[in-house]
Parts: sequence; C-alpha cells; structure tokens
Amino acid sequence: MSGKPKLTYFNGRGRMESVRWLLAAAGVEFEEVFLETREQYLKLIQDGDLLFDQVPLVDIDGMKMVQTRAILSYIAGKHNLYGKDLKERALYIDTYVEGTMDLMQMILTLPFSLPEAKEKNLPLIIEKAKNRYFPAYEKVLKQHCQGFLVGNQLSWADVHLLEAILMVEEKDPTVLSEFPLLQGFKTRISNMPTIKKFLQPGSQRKPQPDDKYVATVMKILKEAMYYSI
Amino acid sequence: MSGKPKLHYVNGRGRMESIRWLLAAAGVEFEEQFIETKEDLEKLLSDGLLLFQQVPMVEIDGMKMVQTRAILSYIAAKYNLYGKDLKERALIDMYVEGTTDLMGIIMYLPFQPPEAKEKNLALITDKATTRYFPVYEKVLKDQGQDYLVGNHFTWADVHLLEAILMVEEYKSDILSKFPLLQAFKGRISNIPTIKKFLQPGSQRKPPPDEKYIAQVKQIFNI
Repeated sequence: MSGKPKLTYFNGRGRMESVRWLLAAAGVEFEEVFLETREQYLKLIQDGDLLFDQVPLVDIDGMKMVQTRAILSYIAGKHNLYGKDLKERALYIDTYVEGTMDLMQMILTLPFSLPEAKEKNLPLIIEKAKNRYFPAYEKVLKQHCQGFLVGNQLSWADVHLLEAILMVEEKDPTVLSEFPLLQGFKTRISNMPTIKKFLQPGSQRKPQPDDKYVATVMKILKEAMYYSI
Repeated sequence: MSGKPKLHYVNGRGRMESIRWLLAAAGVEFEEQFIETKEDLEKLLSDGLLLFQQVPMVEIDGMKMVQTRAILSYIAAKYNLYGKDLKERALIDMYVEGTTDLMGIIMYLPFQPPEAKEKNLALITDKATTRYFPVYEKVLKDQGQDYLVGNHFTWADVHLLEAILMVEEYKSDILSKFPLLQAFKGRISNIPTIKKFLQPGSQRKPPPDEKYIAQVKQIFNI
C-alpha cells in the first residue's frame, strides 16, 4: 500500500473534482481508480466498499470514506485548511463552502438534464452566480481585507471558491467583470504553487464533461438521477 | 437579548427541522421567528441578514449563520456532539450525509405533482430499506454499542432518529426488518432531552400540510 489516498470515481469531474482540488492544494499526492464498467461498480458494492452504494470513494488513512462533504471536511481538517477555531470553521469556511457547493452542483448536474432543460438552466446558473453567490464572496473579500476568505491563510473555502469561479467562467468568460476583488483573488490563489501546478496540463485535474463521459456515467449507474432543486 | 439562539424560518419542518432536533437534543432552549409573508422574507433580505439570500438563518453567539450544514456542524461541535477526534468526526459526517440524503427526498415530496406521489412513496420505501437503513443496522451490529459512533451520543444518532421517525410517518412498519434500529429508536427516544422534544407542546413541527405548502410556495415564489 502506497500510503497515498486512493480515489475511486468516473474518469471525469463530477463530485470527485472538489476532492482532487483540495488534495492538490494541500500538496498531497493521490492515486485514482476509474470506473469504466458497470461490473466494476457492482463489484465495489458486492465487496462492501461503498457505504451507501455510491461514489465518490476515497481510501484514506485506513478508512473507506464516502460522501463528498465528509471526505472534504476530513482532508481540510487533516491538512490545516479548516481555519484555526470553531468559529472560523463553521461560521466562515463551512458556510462559504456550502454556497460554492450549491453553485457548482447546478453546473455538475447540467450535462445530465434534458436538452430543453439545459438551455433554460444555463442562463439561470449564470444569473445566480452573478446575483447571489459572487456578490457575497466579493463582499467578504472587501470586508475581510486579507486576500483570503477566512483568517490570513489559505483555507478550503478559498480552494473551493477558485474551483467554482473557473467552472462558471468556462460557461461565461465575462462572469467576473463586475467583481474586481474576485478577479484579484482568482489570480492570487491560482498562483499559489500547489494550485498553479494543479492548473497545468498533465495534472490530475479533469476536463469538462463531454457526451462520452455522460454516457459512461449513465451506463454504469443505470438509475434515475434526481437532484435537489 | 436573551442569549438563546433565534431561528428564522417558516412555521414548518423544511430544512430547519434538523436544527431544532439538534438544539433540543443538546438541551438548548431556542426562540423562533416565523416568516409568514413575502414581506417578512423581503425584510430579512433588505436588512442584509441572509448571506446567500436564503433561510434557514440562525442567530447564535453573535453570528447570523446560514447554510443548514454549517449551522448543524457548529451546534454539534459546540455542544460536544461531534465525536472526540477527526476520525470520529469523519464517521459522523458520513452517517449524517446519508440521513440528509434520505430526508432530502422526503422533504421535496409535498412539492411534487400529485401524480408522482405514489412513485415517490415507493422510492422512499425502497431507498430506506435497501440503501440507508441496512447501513445503520450494520453499524449498530458491528459496533455492538448503543450509539452509532464511539459509544457515545452524537449528532449522528439524533439525525438518524429524526430520519427514522420521518420515514415511519410514510410507512409505519418500515423498521420491521431492522431489529437493532427498532431498539435504537426506543433507546434514543428515551434520552430525557429527546423525550421532551417528542412530547406535544414542544417546538417540533408537524408534517407539512396543504396550508404549509401553499404558504411556502407563495413566500418563496415556487
């Protein structure tokens, strides 16, 4: 056993991407096992590796962790990316991360919705980004004045926000035009060495989902995917 | 200021109910301010009290917290219901995410079209009995203990009890194949703070009815 965390997921972003980001930001090397067939998935279930029959699955520190938030919280806590006390953790980091999760969740599920829904939903997502989420984070940066969202060092909240910004920008490159502090934030955080490395070609960062990826996921899971409104 | 946490939400379960449960389990008294009209919501928004323009919002320890999970994590940690170390916390997080997913399906049921009701009920029963409850039954079996994590009462136990009772409201015999969960339910329900919360007159909210659904749709423009 290598001691490195081992990630089991489809070969694409989905819910695992935030985990890849956070491990990369923490400078933690990790291995990946890609689910390519339904048989592989069923075997994982049979072997009792998936607590709720779902991926992501991360083998880390002797635990087979599932549930994205639980995994991310553990990594953040372990690698000093979770603030210095309960207040920083809950009031700030957990709260901010829930916001970016809600935003990224909308984009995550987009490729799996019906074509008519896709057309309707994309503008709604951009609207939410510009009117609900980015103004909130712009204001936090303005009031906090430290270059980071929380405290005076990089936290999970910063990594997650950068991931969200880049994800929305892929859909609308002008989305940060009214948010100067977020623009500065994006540049600054992107230039932190571990993150800069992750943003370079050849890293374990995954590309945007394409039709092949969507088809693979649906073939493997074969279940109706319902998502929170 | 009373010093008690103050919960801002509609007068019903929704996303706030898990917070009521956790505060009650921790023996913490709390106040509630109900959003009854669109204007009530507008006021919270225009006062700048809702970070992402959403409720739940809980005023606690001088903070105006939003985002259900963040609020629950804070309460759990503050009142010693979050395990004793990072690994216990990881387990609690995993279990709570499971019960959140299960209760999430139920939460949206009343807002689905009537035609979908039968199908959704079948979905809940199926997920509860094939995905979620077997997991918790096994955890209790493997642990051989009274609680889900670390042989002490944690947020995971409170959340699971809430989920069990919620599913039972749809199908009263849902636990018929899960003897350890039945015993768990009996045991946790009898913890004094929880027993009190389960009695009439507590701040526990009833299942959503037509009036509640109409009110929510109107206030939030759904």
